[in-house]
Amino acid sequence: MPSYVRARRTGLWLAYRLRWKRRRLLYRIWRKRRQIAVHTDRTGKISTDDVLLFATVRNEIVRLPHFLDHYRKLGIGHFLIVDNASDDGTSSYLAKQPDVSLWTTAQSYRLSRFGMDWLGWLHLQFGHGHWCLTVDADELLVYPDADTRDLRDLTVWLDSQGVPSFGALMLDMYPKGPLGAARYQPGDDPLAVLAWFDAGNYHHQRHPVYGNEWIQGGVRERVFFADDPRRAPTLNKTPLIRWHWRYAYVSSTHQVLPPHLHDVFDFEHDTLMTGVLLHTKFLPIIADKSAEELVRRQHFENSDLYQGYHSRLTESPDLWSALSKRYDGLATLIELGLMSRGNRD
Amino acid sequence: MTLGVVVLVHTAFDRAEQAVRLWADAGCPVVIHVDRRVDAPTCQAFVKALSDLPDVKFVPRFRCEWGTWGLVAAAQAGATLLLDSYPAVRHVYLASGACLPLRPVAELCRYLEAHPGTDFIESATTADVSWTVGGLDMDRFLLRFPFSWRKQRRLFDRYVKLQQFLGVKRTIPAGITPHLGSQWWCLTRQTLVAILSDPQRPEYDRYFRRVWIPDESYFQTLARKHAHRIESRSLTVSKFDFQGKPHIFYDDHFELLARSGCFVVRKVWPQADLLYRSFPRSSGADRLPNTTTIDRVFDQALVRRTRGRHGLFMQSRFPVMDRENGFTATPYSVLQGFDAIIPDFQNWLRKHTGAEVHGHLFARERAHFSTGEAVFRGGLADHPKLRDYNPQMFLTNLIWGGREHDQCFLFGPQDAQDICWMLAKDTNARIMVVTGAWALALFRSGATAADCRTQAAHLQQVEQAFVQILRSPIARAYIRIVSLSDFVRAPCDMLQATVDEIAGHRASDVQVAPPMMDLEGFAGFLQDLKNQGMPPFLTGEFSVGPMPETPPFGKRKQYVRSDK
Repeated sequence: MPSYVRARRTGLWLAYRLRWKRRRLLYRIWRKRRQIAVHTDRTGKISTDDVLLFATVRNEIVRLPHFLDHYRKLGIGHFLIVDNASDDGTSSYLAKQPDVSLWTTAQSYRLSRFGMDWLGWLHLQFGHGHWCLTVDADELLVYPDADTRDLRDLTVWLDSQGVPSFGALMLDMYPKGPLGAARYQPGDDPLAVLAWFDAGNYHHQRHPVYGNEWIQGGVRERVFFADDPRRAPTLNKTPLIRWHWRYAYVSSTHQVLPPHLHDVFDFEHDTLMTGVLLHTKFLPIIADKSAEELVRRQHFENSDLYQGYHSRLTESPDLWSALSKRYDGLATLIELGLMSRGNRD
Repeated sequence: MTLGVVVLVHTAFDRAEQAVRLWADAGCPVVIHVDRRVDAPTCQAFVKALSDLPDVKFVPRFRCEWGTWGLVAAAQAGATLLLDSYPAVRHVYLASGACLPLRPVAELCRYLEAHPGTDFIESATTADVSWTVGGLDMDRFLLRFPFSWRKQRRLFDRYVKLQQFLGVKRTIPAGITPHLGSQWWCLTRQTLVAILSDPQRPEYDRYFRRVWIPDESYFQTLARKHAHRIESRSLTVSKFDFQGKPHIFYDDHFELLARSGCFVVRKVWPQADLLYRSFPRSSGADRLPNTTTIDRVFDQALVRRTRGRHGLFMQSRFPVMDRENGFTATPYSVLQGFDAIIPDFQNWLRKHTGAEVHGHLFARERAHFSTGEAVFRGGLADHPKLRDYNPQMFLTNLIWGGREHDQCFLFGPQDAQDICWMLAKDTNARIMVVTGAWALALFRSGATAADCRTQAAHLQQVEQAFVQILRSPIARAYIRIVSLSDFVRAPCDMLQATVDEIAGHRASDVQVAPPMMDLEGFAGFLQDLKNQGMPPFLTGEFSVGPMPETPPFGKRKQYVRSDK
C-alpha cells in the first residue's frame, strides 16, 4: 500500500481534513443564517443550566402535542424550533406554547443539510455551554431509568463522568396490520398504536470516513432495503451534546465534528450509557407524507434511489411479523441489549 | 442532646437547609461550613433561611476544592467551634449538605449512647485497601502534589512521574502511621479534643497540607493515634463506582435504602423528591445498620461493568473479536457434510438432541431457518444480501436471540464462505466436518462425472480452503474433521460424538445409524472423476467393487481429533 494511502487512513491527515470540514460547515451555517426568520422569540427565558431541545418540523401538528409533552416530562427547559413552511397550523400551535421559541423558513430542507444549517445557527447562538438535544418530531428519546431520572439528572451525571455526548439507537416502531389502518388522535401516546419493533436484527460496523460505529438494520432494512442493504437507513445518532459553538453536526445527528463526540457506543466494554430514539415515523399519516415526498424530494441526498421506498410506503404495507416484539417499557430495551446502562446504577 | 453535627455545604442549598433542619429539629447543635467559592448573596440567603434555629452556627469559610486541604480545615474549624460552644456534646458527626438521615436522629443518638467511647471512622492502612483509584496509595503520603488533579491533570501526572523517577520522598512525621478511609466520620469528644489540641498539630497540619486528598487521611490517621476504641466503618453509606466517583442515590433506590437500616446516606440527588419526602423513617429502634444488600447490588454492577457480557448487541466485542472470547453468546454447532450422507438429517438430529437445527443458514439463495419461515427471531430476515452484508453480526444476532436453545446449522462448500474465519476463531463454535460429502450429493444428482467435473473441482477447492482454516494455529473452535470414507465405515461413532457434543448429558445413545444414501456405484463415480483429471482427495479412499462390511467394534481406526 503506498504510504500516502496509509496516511489517509491514519489519524493525523484525516483529523486535519475533518477540522477543515468542520470550519467549512460553520462558515456555511453562518452564510445561511438569514434563511430563518424569527417568529416568536422567548429565548430570554433560557436559564444557564437548562437542557435545550432543537428541532426542525414540517406539518407535524399531529405529533407535536405528545412530542412536547414527552420532552417536558424529561425536563427540557426550552424548545428552539424551526418551522419549514408548514400549512397545517403547526406554526400557530407552537407560537402559543410558553416554552417554545419559533423560527420559520420556506427554503429547501435538503439544501440546508436536512435542517442542520438552520439548527446550526441556533446551536451557535443559544446552545453554547448548554446540553442540547437535537431530535426530529418523530423521535422520542428514552434511556435507562428515564421514568425516574430526567434529563437534568442525566446531564449532571454525564458531566461528572466527563462525557460530552450521549448516543442513542433509532428504533423504528410500527403497528400491527397495514400502516394506514391504525387510528391515532393528536395528543395520544403514539406508542399505543406503534407498539411493535424488531428486536434483534441490528448490525454495526466502523464508518469508513468518520470512524464512528455505523449501525444499520431494523424493520426498514428488513422490508424495504433487503436488495441493497448498504442504502438502509443509518440508526446511530448522537442527539445530546454539551454544546460548544465550534461544534457542527454533519448529516442529521448521525455524525458530528469534532469526531470524538460521536464515539458514543462502546460495544467492547459497555462502559457508556446509551439510549433509544423511539421512531414514530409509521403513524397513519405516513402515506400522505410519503406521497408528498415523492414530489418534493427533500429527504435524501440521492432522492431517486429512494423513490421506490416512498412509493411502497404510500401503499400502506404491513410491517408486522409474528416475531415482532411488543414494546412494554424500558426494561425490555435493556434486556434486549438495545440500550445500555453503561457504568451507571 | 449529646450529638453535634458539622455540615459542609457547597451546593443545592435548599436540600442542605432541609438536612440541617432534620438535625436541628432532633435537638442536635449544628455547625455549618459554606464553601468560600459560593457567592455572597447565595450564602447570605442560606444563613438567613436558617436564622430561626438557635443552635445553628456558621464558621469562617475556606475554599473547598475536591481533594484539597480546605475540606480538612473546614472540618477542624467546625469541630472546634462545636466542642467549645456545646460542652454537652459527646459525639461529633461530620456530614455534608447532600447527606440525608435515613432513620430518625434519635435512633442514631441511642445507637451512639450504646457505644460510648467508640469512634466510628473508616481507617485502614494503604496496604489493606483495594479501593484507591489511580494507583496512588502509599505515594500520596510520600510525594508532593502542588498541581490540581482535576484541572491540571497532565502536570499532576508528570510531576508524580518525575518524583517517582528521582526517588524523592517526604518524611512522615514521627508518631503517626498513614491510614485511609471514608471522609465522613463520627468521633467522640475525647478523641477530637486530643486531635485538635495535639502539641504536634502544627507539624501534622503542615504535612497533610501537601498530602493528596487529605480529607480521606487526616482524621483517619490521627484517630489511630488518639482513639481508645475504633470501629473502622463509616455510619454514612456512600458507594463509589469503579472510577472512584461517588454514586448518587435516586428515587429508584428507595427500597434499597429503606431496607438497609443505615443512619445516613450520601450523596442524594437534589431532585430525588421521593427520598427527601420519605426519609428519615424509623426501621425499628434497635435495628443495626446492614449494608450487605447495598454492597451486593453495587458490587454486582461493578463486575458487570468491568467484565461485560458478549454476544449481546451492545456488548458484542466488535471490532476486536479476535481478542477475548469471540462474538457469540452461547455455544453452537456447525455441521458440514452430514446432510449429504443422511437424508432428513435435520429431523434425525433434532430428535436425538432436542436442539434447534437450522438448515443451510449461509446458502446462496436464502438463509434456511429451522422454522422454514422468511423471518426469524428478533426480526432476522432470510434475504441473502442482508445476511452477507454483515455475516458475523447475522450470526451474533441469531445466536443471541436463541440463547436458551442449543443451536446447530448446516454448512457446506456450496454456501457463502465469508463466515469461515469467524467460525474458526470463535470459542463457542463446535465445527464437525465430513470432508468430501459433496461428492456423494453430486453422485446422487445423477449427473455423470464428465458433466459435473468443474463443479466438483470447485467444491473441493472451497472445502479444502475451509479445512485449512480449521487447521490453522489460530483456530480456537472445537473442531472435528473426518473424511467421507472414514465416516461411512463407522457412522455411529462420529454421530455419537456429535450428538454428545451438542446435547451433553441429555443426548440419547445412537444405537443404530440412521438410513444413509445408497453408496452402490459411488466408488465408480469417484474413479470416473479421477479419470477426468479431478482427483477427489477429500473423500478418502473408496475401492471399486462392493463396499467392505463395517468392521467389528474395537478394530476400527481412531479418528484424528483436533480440539484446540
